[in-house]
Amino acid sequence: MRCEYACGSVEHGIARRQFLGGLAAGSAAGIVGGLGALAQPAAAKELTSAQKRVLVVFMSGGLSQLESWDPKPKTDTGGPFRAIPTSVPGTHICELLPLTAQHMHHLAIVRSVNIHTNDHGIGRYKMVHGRPRSAAADYPHLGAVTAKALERQNSSLPGHIRISPGGGGGRSNNASYLGPKYASIVLGNGNPPQDSTRPEGLSTEADVRRNDFRRKVNERFTARRRTAETDVYTYNFEQAQQLMRQREVFDVSKEAAADHERYGKHDFGKHCLLARRLLENEITFVQVSHSNYDTHNENFNFHLEQLGEFDRSFAALVGDLADRGMLESTLIVVMSEFGRTPRINARYGRDHWGKAWSVVMGGSGVQPGAVYGATNKNGTEVSDKEVDHANLFHTYLQAVGVDSTESFQIDGRDLPIADPASSAIDDLLV
Amino acid sequence: MAVDPKQTRVTAQWKTGGPLICCRFDPQGRFVFAGGEDYAIHRFDAQSGEQTLLSEHDCWVRGLAFSADGESMISAGSDGQLVWWPAAAKQPKPMRRVQAHDGWIRTVNVSSDGRLLASAGNDLVLRLWDLESGELAQEFSQHESHIYSTFFHPGGEYLLSGTLQGKARQFELAGGKLVREFDVSSLHTYNGGQRVHYGGVRSMALSPDGKHFACGGLHKATNPLGAVNEPLVELFDWESQKKTKSLIAGGDKGIIWRVAFHRDNFLIGVSGGSGGGLLLFWTPAQDKPLHKLKLPNTARDMDVHPDGVRIATAHHDRHLRISTMAAANG
Repeated sequence: MRCEYACGSVEHGIARRQFLGGLAAGSAAGIVGGLGALAQPAAAKELTSAQKRVLVVFMSGGLSQLESWDPKPKTDTGGPFRAIPTSVPGTHICELLPLTAQHMHHLAIVRSVNIHTNDHGIGRYKMVHGRPRSAAADYPHLGAVTAKALERQNSSLPGHIRISPGGGGGRSNNASYLGPKYASIVLGNGNPPQDSTRPEGLSTEADVRRNDFRRKVNERFTARRRTAETDVYTYNFEQAQQLMRQREVFDVSKEAAADHERYGKHDFGKHCLLARRLLENEITFVQVSHSNYDTHNENFNFHLEQLGEFDRSFAALVGDLADRGMLESTLIVVMSEFGRTPRINARYGRDHWGKAWSVVMGGSGVQPGAVYGATNKNGTEVSDKEVDHANLFHTYLQAVGVDSTESFQIDGRDLPIADPASSAIDDLLV
Repeated sequence: MAVDPKQTRVTAQWKTGGPLICCRFDPQGRFVFAGGEDYAIHRFDAQSGEQTLLSEHDCWVRGLAFSADGESMISAGSDGQLVWWPAAAKQPKPMRRVQAHDGWIRTVNVSSDGRLLASAGNDLVLRLWDLESGELAQEFSQHESHIYSTFFHPGGEYLLSGTLQGKARQFELAGGKLVREFDVSSLHTYNGGQRVHYGGVRSMALSPDGKHFACGGLHKATNPLGAVNEPLVELFDWESQKKTKSLIAGGDKGIIWRVAFHRDNFLIGVSGGSGGGLLLFWTPAQDKPLHKLKLPNTARDMDVHPDGVRIATAHHDRHLRISTMAAANG
């Protein structure tokens, strides 16, 4: 694949000189700044919001809205749990979230989400990409959009981090046309990026020499045969160098033992504490996942188990962001791929339900304590102010100051940041 | 009258207002009670099926137990309340309410002498209540996972708790000391892919001769969130704690919601789940059931009538069903 932007235009010529100059100087900021300039910069308006951050907590499998944000006690669909009051007078959530209930004045609930699908893959894609995948187009992940739109030109850390519950690592392929620079770096089970320590048998001097050699070869090669692939290779090598130098940013063991205790000594607690650490280090977008809510069987036992973990860690994280003055600049989103059926099946389970469920937001740009929209008495339909994934996607971005009605300019084309046929939920925005 | 479990068939079914969770005959055998997702208890005349609705619960009704004479019925709710009722009154009304636990009560049982009531809740605490006064008598808080079942040893000395993590703990009633623990970890699964704990000791029973101790639940849980698992009853020698048999269903999917010993020394288990409802009959000597009765709908609880002939089952399709075993030949 030839790189369209290696066409010799004035802008790209400057970018290339910055890039190579940065390498020669060995300056982290210079290197990454040069690379950042390789792509067309986002609109100036977007860059003004550079101090904002986004935290997404993804409840994998499909969190039950009835056991969380939209309880329906004493109805045929309500299940065995009670609703409890929260720090917002008149707003009740499920009794499985007693600690989160004390922080609801920082959060807002959207109770009227309909994404018109009950399929895991389709629902997940819609929720994190803001549009359905089509044969003709693959859209960038919310994290990639955020990382690009809120890009810090002087930051050498990646802008898009996904903390995954399992192992693994590496870089995902979820930035689409925004390019791999904005794809998520995966921290498998909250561990620092893979291969981010120098092998023991390699001395510092030898490492410097081999990287100098690599750069010289790269420079010679790219002077004549530069492609998108070579840029990606170069970028990944340089970013890896930066990650190795700043590896402690990703090391949650550096956090205080008391905080580990407060967040819970399970994986999700550790991941939420790591999320706090990353956000404090100005990573633009952090996604934490909690598994598993796909409770076709024994929905109530499994929600009791899972939300017990979630409640403690999430409440601690919201409280800390508030206490540290970070909520004004940090958007919090709690989402799933869909909700769960109001009908309780024969195995005490709930099945997939994208038709009427809830998403929680809070922090930057969001009306604190708001409850937007409603479902009917037993939760089977949206009864007021229906919204979908596209409305939410616009809302997330506008909450952190990105004009989601604008477009990214990629290779000379205008590509809308969010679905141009949709719009934000203005009533939720401050 | 000796019975032949192979000659068991469904002889009655009575419809209620909601999916049922639990069922019990009163000790005199006059009534069978069922608790459900409809926030109600349904009392049926065991002969005629005449139904009386007890609707004062404000939550799902998850457990039922009786005083020894059968005149008091105690129900347990998902709101943590125990409610005492006059079991045989024309229209029973609550006599006493006790806020017993923080969160659901999962199981409730009465001691063989009728003096004590055991309840266990989502607060991970096992409590003993004076059945007559409703006063708290004792508390056992040594549980690190949910208590799914309780069992009073008929000798009157011990109370056992069965947990999600697959432990059956034996406590002294006098003093509350933990005496020993049965390892029933085969009934527990942690699925690393789904990141869930699943299974547990759903029911316990002791044979009439006191030799065989049974713990019911599930195994082969390859997909806990999708209900892919099979029923299992683990049988132990009560004295030595040695596992003597693993009683299986023979390929059917489901969970043993309750296991009971018949006075003729065979076991009855009720299974429900993705494989539908089953009544399973085993002898302590064989791992495969001597008989399986397919029920019309998935089942969630079971009780044997004092006559030893009738079996009540609680079903998701809102029905309480009565199955009847025939007299054994000769």
